Amino acid sequence: MGSFMLKRLDGVDAPAFPGASEQKREQQLTAGSAATGRRLGKTLNLENLHLSFGQRQVLRGLNLQIPAGQLLAIVGRSGVGKSSLMRLIVGLDPPTSGYISIDGTPVRGLQKSVKLLFQDARLLPWQSVLSNVGIARAPGWRAAAVNALDDVGLADRLNDWPAVLSGGQRQRVALARVLVGEPSILLLDEPFGALDALTRADMHALLEKLWLRDRFTTILITHDVAEAVALADRVVVMREGRVTFDVDVTAARPRRRSDPELAALQERILEKV
Amino acid sequence: MIKSPSVRGAERVVPWLVPLSILILWEAGARTGLLESRTLPAPSQVAVAFWEHAKSGDLGSNVLISFQRAITGLAIGGGLGFLLGVLTGASRKAELLLDSGLQMLRNVPHLAIIPMVILWFGIDETAKIFLVAVGTLFPIYLNTYHGIRTIDRGLIEMAEVNGLGKFAIFWRVLLPGAMPSVLVGLRYALGIMWLTLIVAETISASSGIGYMTMNAREFLQTDVVVLGILVYALLGKAADTATKLIEHRVLSWHPAYHAGSVAN
Repeated sequence: MGSFMLKRLDGVDAPAFPGASEQKREQQLTAGSAATGRRLGKTLNLENLHLSFGQRQVLRGLNLQIPAGQLLAIVGRSGVGKSSLMRLIVGLDPPTSGYISIDGTPVRGLQKSVKLLFQDARLLPWQSVLSNVGIARAPGWRAAAVNALDDVGLADRLNDWPAVLSGGQRQRVALARVLVGEPSILLLDEPFGALDALTRADMHALLEKLWLRDRFTTILITHDVAEAVALADRVVVMREGRVTFDVDVTAARPRRRSDPELAALQERILEKV
Repeated sequence: MIKSPSVRGAERVVPWLVPLSILILWEAGARTGLLESRTLPAPSQVAVAFWEHAKSGDLGSNVLISFQRAITGLAIGGGLGFLLGVLTGASRKAELLLDSGLQMLRNVPHLAIIPMVILWFGIDETAKIFLVAVGTLFPIYLNTYHGIRTIDRGLIEMAEVNGLGKFAIFWRVLLPGAMPSVLVGLRYALGIMWLTLIVAETISASSGIGYMTMNAREFLQTDVVVLGILVYALLGKAADTATKLIEHRVLSWHPAYHAGSVAN
């Protein structure tokens, strides 16, 4: 049923070859490995970022270089400025001083290629799931939104109101909404914090699958160190408005939570938080 | 909870028991002479009055003219209130300029200006429409303003991050988000609309239901007076039902309205 709708909507909205993009996606999905997937990611450089609200200094000279396609986790206690940093990168707030550059080009203001998945799903309750995903209403948005919903496993819910979805489903719709814009840089601000453990594990697997396929540069903010080491290529610890610890996670994917190497790394990171 | 048909049938009947018994007691009282027809006419007398006035076309034309006044006044007052509410809700500058003035005006009981209105417009149509417009403007203004102001900031931020412009944010986030509140304002406004019209028509009119009842009073036709009151009650109820229908349509996404699937 899902694929029937895909074709029909592709036919309505896609300008040239109906069903072509769908076919491509399926190939990528079945191939699975990073080598055959797309490479949407871009390099992100944060140079000497400062952010103050009046007397309160939130960021104090934060430096971070994130190579294209990396999945970086930032861990830190609450109130350490993680969410503020996300707002700076996406362009909702300007830094007090310092630079943000994408692929070497300094940026200012909201960026089309940077998408933020908020802690709460933030769906418009008065629009259907499909309209929420296609909120930007880019040309051909229907077909793209159906594809994105298919990616997150909600192709059968596109005509529902957000109010009837569970918390995990809402967050998946929000994920589809950021994916539909084919982001180069995806920011995840504790998106799984409010979900139960089982749903969270599903979301981790989903995120990893989509990231392996599309290789968007990803920053995952979390206070769950286990989540960080299970998903990320690299984990940094933020304290007092700057990066105080930086470690690569080299364990092969798919990772097992019980891996002693990961457990040891988790201990090391916890000491630094 | 699944209700059996007999329970559901009882639930249909029970609400009518009290009004029906009152009607029966009332009729009995009038028939036995306990109630003088000059104090309160029997329901059957009111029914006869209804039939006669309906037959002569008198009732229909009076209801029509009252209805026209009500709707015209609501359209003008409600429309203006909605526009002002959108303006002050969406723009900080407009709020600064307009809101305190409107709040001051809001606190003037609009029926208190009837003497002025008669001096300005005489007992012309304009007078009644003006009063209804003034009465309905403020509830809709306040609720529109409040509705837009209380929209979750997070949704607006989300829309910005997803590349929506100011115009799109207004149409797709602010306006639908304010709708529940606007409709609450509309229901308030409908109540005020009938109240204002009744007062305006009884004080200064040469047509309409208010005029019909005041005229009947002069000739001690209590049956026509009661008929007028009943017509007002029915019109009020009809207006309320209409808003409920609008709410169900416009707010079908809202969990309170038993949301199901939407056709897209």
